[in-house]
Amino acid sequence: MKSLKTFARGGVHPDENKFSANAAIEALPLPKQLVIPLGQNLGAPPKALVKKGDIVKVGQLIAKGEAFISANLHSPASGKIAKIDDALDASGYRRQAIFIDVDDDIWEEHIDRSEDINRTISLSKEEIVARVKECGVVGLGGATFPTHVKLMIPGGKTAEYLVVNGVECEPYLTSDHRLMLEKGEEVLIGIKILMKALGVEKAIVGIENNKTDAIQHLKKLAENYNGIEIQALYVKYPQGGEKQLIKAVLNREVPSGKLPIEVGCVVSNVGTAFAVYEAVQKNKPLIDRVVTVTGKAVKKPSNFLVRIGTPVSDLLKAAEGLPENTGKIINGGPMMGKSVSSPDIPVVKGSSGILLLPREESKRPQPKPCIRCSKCTVVCPMGLEPYLLAKMSKLELYEKAEKDSIMDCMECGSCQFTCPSNLPLLDYLRLGKQRVGHLIRTRK
Amino acid sequence: MNMFTISGSPHVHGDESVKKIMYTVVYAMVPAILVSIYFFGLDAARVLLISVMACLFFEWAIQKYLIKGPVTINDGSAIVAGILLAFNIPANIPSWIIIIGALVTIGVAKMSFGGLGKNPFNPALVGRVFMLISFPVQMTSWPVPKALFSSQVTDAITGPTALGILKEGVGAGKTIEQIMTDPNMPAYIDRLTGNMTGSLGEMSALALILGGIFMVIRKVIDWQVPVSIIATVFAIAGIFHLIDPTHYIDPTFHLFTGGLMLGAIYMATDMVSSPMNMSGKVFYGVGIGLITIIIRLWGAYPEGISFAILIMNAFTPLINSAFKPKRFGTVAK
Ligand code: SF4
Ligand code: SF4
Repeated sequence: MKSLKTFARGGVHPDENKFSANAAIEALPLPKQLVIPLGQNLGAPPKALVKKGDIVKVGQLIAKGEAFISANLHSPASGKIAKIDDALDASGYRRQAIFIDVDDDIWEEHIDRSEDINRTISLSKEEIVARVKECGVVGLGGATFPTHVKLMIPGGKTAEYLVVNGVECEPYLTSDHRLMLEKGEEVLIGIKILMKALGVEKAIVGIENNKTDAIQHLKKLAENYNGIEIQALYVKYPQGGEKQLIKAVLNREVPSGKLPIEVGCVVSNVGTAFAVYEAVQKNKPLIDRVVTVTGKAVKKPSNFLVRIGTPVSDLLKAAEGLPENTGKIINGGPMMGKSVSSPDIPVVKGSSGILLLPREESKRPQPKPCIRCSKCTVVCPMGLEPYLLAKMSKLELYEKAEKDSIMDCMECGSCQFTCPSNLPLLDYLRLGKQRVGHLIRTRK
Repeated sequence: MNMFTISGSPHVHGDESVKKIMYTVVYAMVPAILVSIYFFGLDAARVLLISVMACLFFEWAIQKYLIKGPVTINDGSAIVAGILLAFNIPANIPSWIIIIGALVTIGVAKMSFGGLGKNPFNPALVGRVFMLISFPVQMTSWPVPKALFSSQVTDAITGPTALGILKEGVGAGKTIEQIMTDPNMPAYIDRLTGNMTGSLGEMSALALILGGIFMVIRKVIDWQVPVSIIATVFAIAGIFHLIDPTHYIDPTFHLFTGGLMLGAIYMATDMVSSPMNMSGKVFYGVGIGLITIIIRLWGAYPEGISFAILIMNAFTPLINSAFKPKRFGTVAK
């Protein structure tokens, strides 16, 4: 067998635990109340356009992104604005959110709700970007970077490839996998739309080889879509990192501190491609997404299609309840997700999954001294020396840490995952990055 | 209400642990332990047992009564140090000397620097060199091996090591050919299987290599260190042998004698005292190989790898800052 492509340096192999891989996407009913945090995209939060008492329909614009990097928000249900108030979100902070009392599911007329696949891309390049912006599409792989901004290539640079992330390298999560299986053609049309907007001829979809069904399915469909190549990849974390993915599929290395466009690439995720399809072909704003609910003790590991703003506790109910011995609730995957203090937070655009860890896996083991085994250095995909950077950060040697490229750390967690002494390396690295980032900003 | 743990990512951990690493090293040494018991019988078992027990005891006592901190003797690192120390001493050494060696290994070379992970030098080697200097007679009178269960009961026969014979012969101006006829010189096959005089663990190159391969597969050591040491020794010894075969012995002789394998595979690879990055590891290995062969060919001691490792241990911090891994997205300098 020909060996599969992957990125060259570092990486780890956490247990995959994809319990929900065979669970078809299931639409959840609307809750009684939706909580829509305003800040759920990278960049500036949009400004609320509604006030208490306003009546809204599904798909109606409720907050407008005014800054350059911002994204619109639309009502995911029809009903009445209950209030605009602070609410706990996945970040652990209370932030401004729009509360909607749901009474029905009445949609804006211009949204095409039929299941028919619309294959003709009639919008022009500029119209596509405008529509994606209007519909509030952000990167659904977790970064939530506004997609329309990504589609505007900075002057002097040209895009050659669209690299599509279907890797889903986080253990447990399966939302992208299911989307590729169930909405494969829509995803490909979304990719075509993105290609048109970027003016590129070639797109490569990278999918790890633990999803052979999705690879085969998309390969078959791609026969009808010129310029889209499906690339099976050897399973290795963190292949979903932009730079690792580009390295894996094209063997190009994005220079330190630079964006993918530097090597002629724009990276998008399959979920985002689907949202782009819906926005451009169906006029549907980003008001729902697929969220995996999973964990070793979860009775019914599932992939739910849920409206933004639905409380996570509703998802847990639908997965037959929060297991008795749950010790940690994670918004996202086990490698890069955030632990949250309560299931009473809403699903946002960036929620790819909810993972419940049993109590015995929730507490970190007692750290031991660093035995200088160099395993952290070996697995770091960015070629850093985590043990050293963590120590510098602990000793507040921020200038030194900067010189040793701490800002290149992508926070993938591979180092800490591997460390035999269970050292909280990434905690120190995050702290160090924050301080060094501050240092760099004040210098300017 | 249910309280949920809040902590930063990652939320899962692989199956690596200090204990697992240390016990992997212990398992890797089993073949060499068996060989030593085969050739030196109960004496070898005695040395191993006393060394390991003494190392464990000193670590426990120091952690409990001097540092008054947590006792971590079950992490396996003291057992590894104990076995390595035993590997570096002759089987007929008095027990009290072993205990002193263990005290230096654990007390001086490990705990006084802050314990596990902090020692700049390989603890077992420090212990060994200390013993060599303090008890030169006992440390250099090696028993002649007698296969276990053989009818031989001559316990007291001691003899020089192959390298010792070589050094003495060369010093006396003999040619290699003359030296090889020395009745005490072990035959080629004996040097490979370990049927020769020497310290406990330097006997069988085959057993040591077997353990080394196991450790490389289990990712406990990186092959760069042993391979670069062995290659360097072989290359330099080979060059001199080609130039002047009457005075420089063939290079394979150096590979299978004087604890070269033991040092290259088990001592130089000590995680704590060796460099962190791959290119640094190669530099370190070449350095050890060079110093070893220089000592062997022209120095006062017949062997040399112990000193070579300790010297390069001292350079480890410098090597670490000079040899950095290639950062992603940069051009290799
Ligand atoms: S978290 Fe940062 S330092 Fe650790 S492995 Fe990932 S990129 Fe390297
Ligand atoms: S993996 Fe842990 S113990 Fe090993 S060098 Fe890195 S920090 Fe130290």
